[in-house]
Amino acid sequence: MPEPEATGTERNTASPDTIPDSPPPTGGLSPKSVAAWVLVALIGAIGWGVLALSRGEEISAAWLLAAALGSYAIGYRFYARFISDRVLKVDKTRATPAERLDNGVDFHPTDRRVLFGHHFAAVAGAGPLVGPVLAAQMGYLPGTIWIVAGVIFAGAVQDMVTLFFSTRRDGRSLGQMARDEIGPVGGAAALIAVFAIMVILLAVLALVIVNALAHSPWGVFSIGMTIPIALFMGVYLRVLRPGRVTEVSVIGVALLLLAIVAGGWVAESSFASTFTLEKETLVVWMIVYGFIASVLPVWMLLAPRDYLSTFMKVGTIALMAVGVVLAMPTLKMPAVTDFAARGDGPVFAGSMFPFVFITIACGALSGFHSLVSSGTTPKMIQKETQVRVIGYGAMLTESFVAVMAIIAACIIEPGLFFAVNSPAGVIGTSVETASQAVTHFGFAISPEALAQAAKDVEETSLLSRTGGAPTFALGMSQIFSSVIGGAGMKAFWYHFAIMFEALFILTTVDAGTRVGRFMLQDTLGNVHKSFKDISWKPGVWLASAVVVGGWGYFLWVGVKDPLGGINQLFPLFGIANQLLAAVALAVCTTLLIKSGRLRWAWVTGVPLAWDVAVTLTASYQKIFSDDVKVGFFAQRDKYQTGIDAGKVLPPAKNMDEMHTVVTNATVDGALSALFALLIVIVLLDAARTCFKAISDPSSVRLSEVPWTESKIVAPAGLIPTAEERAELAAAGLDSGGGRTKEPVA
Amino acid sequence: MSGVRAALARARYFVREFSGEAAYDRYVAHARAHDPAAEVLTRRAFERARTDSREADPREGFRCC
Repeated sequence: MPEPEATGTERNTASPDTIPDSPPPTGGLSPKSVAAWVLVALIGAIGWGVLALSRGEEISAAWLLAAALGSYAIGYRFYARFISDRVLKVDKTRATPAERLDNGVDFHPTDRRVLFGHHFAAVAGAGPLVGPVLAAQMGYLPGTIWIVAGVIFAGAVQDMVTLFFSTRRDGRSLGQMARDEIGPVGGAAALIAVFAIMVILLAVLALVIVNALAHSPWGVFSIGMTIPIALFMGVYLRVLRPGRVTEVSVIGVALLLLAIVAGGWVAESSFASTFTLEKETLVVWMIVYGFIASVLPVWMLLAPRDYLSTFMKVGTIALMAVGVVLAMPTLKMPAVTDFAARGDGPVFAGSMFPFVFITIACGALSGFHSLVSSGTTPKMIQKETQVRVIGYGAMLTESFVAVMAIIAACIIEPGLFFAVNSPAGVIGTSVETASQAVTHFGFAISPEALAQAAKDVEETSLLSRTGGAPTFALGMSQIFSSVIGGAGMKAFWYHFAIMFEALFILTTVDAGTRVGRFMLQDTLGNVHKSFKDISWKPGVWLASAVVVGGWGYFLWVGVKDPLGGINQLFPLFGIANQLLAAVALAVCTTLLIKSGRLRWAWVTGVPLAWDVAVTLTASYQKIFSDDVKVGFFAQRDKYQTGIDAGKVLPPAKNMDEMHTVVTNATVDGALSALFALLIVIVLLDAARTCFKAISDPSSVRLSEVPWTESKIVAPAGLIPTAEERAELAAAGLDSGGGRTKEPVA
Repeated sequence: MSGVRAALARARYFVREFSGEAAYDRYVAHARAHDPAAEVLTRRAFERARTDSREADPREGFRCC
């Protein structure tokens, strides 16, 4: 079969009148589907009603699920379809890069159901499990509302629109699109943003793992074992049976489960002390691991670990969904806590606006997704019409993961939640001081109950295990043990959940370091040519060392900061992630305007405005707030004044710690200012481009690939409609779709 | 019986596609579609090249937070 040739008329997409309307959805709604959608809307509305109206009494997590799932269904069916049909005008007759440039390897039309899986596995990681847990300190309601509304109107829209525009540009990356469509200044700012975010992201994720593994021989042993397991899988795939991913993954997962069980034995044996590590030791190991992993060949550690973590991720998330439905736990956390209004919560400081919207990035609106939506996925999509199911649909699924995380955090005793998530500077280091401090917050819990909770999961202590992973693991072990195995299995499920998060965080640490290094090499290559050569080892080592040094620094700081690591660094991570979302939404809005869709620019323009309002308010408060809990420079001033007066201010215990606080606050404050500056630069440059496109439409140059006729027949959604089934049958294809057969001459 | 077999074949298809095991077959099919006698890499060489290309540009196949 010959390659499809670039035939067909070229359409000038810069003019709104010439954009072809895609065929309207099949002739309105039938009475049956009207009834079905009214029912879905009712389920969602009842869920929200119960969430909003319950005051004081504990309600079932089922209501939260009903509210979320009902809203997702409505958002997907109506809003996403409106965006694809009316705004983007996805064109079924237009060939995608996968079809035009098909090389059987990286460009190839992929079954939408498979691509949905790939895309979901690429976008969903530890992020949606961490943010919602931290945000639960304000109660389950603010977080849930933001997760659901945010994904429907912002996050999923961003993913879908980025995917669409990148598909029309042969899968160009977000950075390239920013440079091509906005300008070199905006493009450069976007590049710096991606690099800075990568460093902060890796530090925060590594900190989550360090906090979960400190003093936990069980956790350290089982996660340590993933390294030999991955090496074995790597050799298996490289040497023994190349490409046999399924069998090696099954072996790997079996070994992984064995490692979790064996962790329990180790924790009770005389080896326990060998695997009981201090946070500082773990940081050193993380840094050494991060460097070595990122300079080893991909096949040894990264690729096999990736298979393992993908298997675990998809499996555990499915298990979790089933577990929540079967166990139907009760939410113990209040709908809204006092911390929401007062903004003095111990998990992270600051009031509900803007900090809930910063803390929950992944799951509601995640800038990072735009890197996946504009990289690999557009090279594999069969049909433009599928951007809805893949871009919007996969993001809804991630949002659902975030909802499960918030459920996991809210079904455990609130007193336990705050004891686990408050830094030692606030609750002290014994169960007695913790019980006292948490009871003072208004969530009574006895010292015995705190000790028992740790004993149940066979950990020495659960106090100040900040970072979300241990809390999520506690919630998950509660759900799972109520379905399978009872209380005796709690410790296993807890460590299973820790393993599950640690696995993909370690993969991200490795892969993220490589991406950062690649960007650094590319930039340094402009100064010294050898750096561009990725096989030039000194360059690779140097660039890797710089990136590892960057996140390693913040990781070390996060462990040593007397004020607490997660509560200081997580807002920075959130701001950074939302900054990337601002870049992506600015690119999308600019492209909507440049491609003659000014009327619809609000679709990404409104989420952009919201995101910018949130991010800039948060940055402003982090820089200028007088409240020492919130403002970095206020912290700096307070502790500097203390140093000048020769006084040690708690929670610092000595002068060294006073100096640590001052240095950290200065660095964090400077970073907040840098992020805010980058947002403003990107926005100004985008506004300039948009203004020019509106005032002089003839000047618009779009780097869109011209229209080429598609010879692929494939359904738009996961399940083909009757009409699509007829088309597939006429072309002699199964439900996966594919190229139409060439007529025999 | 044929229903069970069809279901198994479907499951196998999704597992192979999702894990990337089908990549080699797809590559061979693509190469042979143009020229039935085309020289193709061995599976071993193909899988090596595929993994090594991630080395060259780590942004491909990057996972998010």
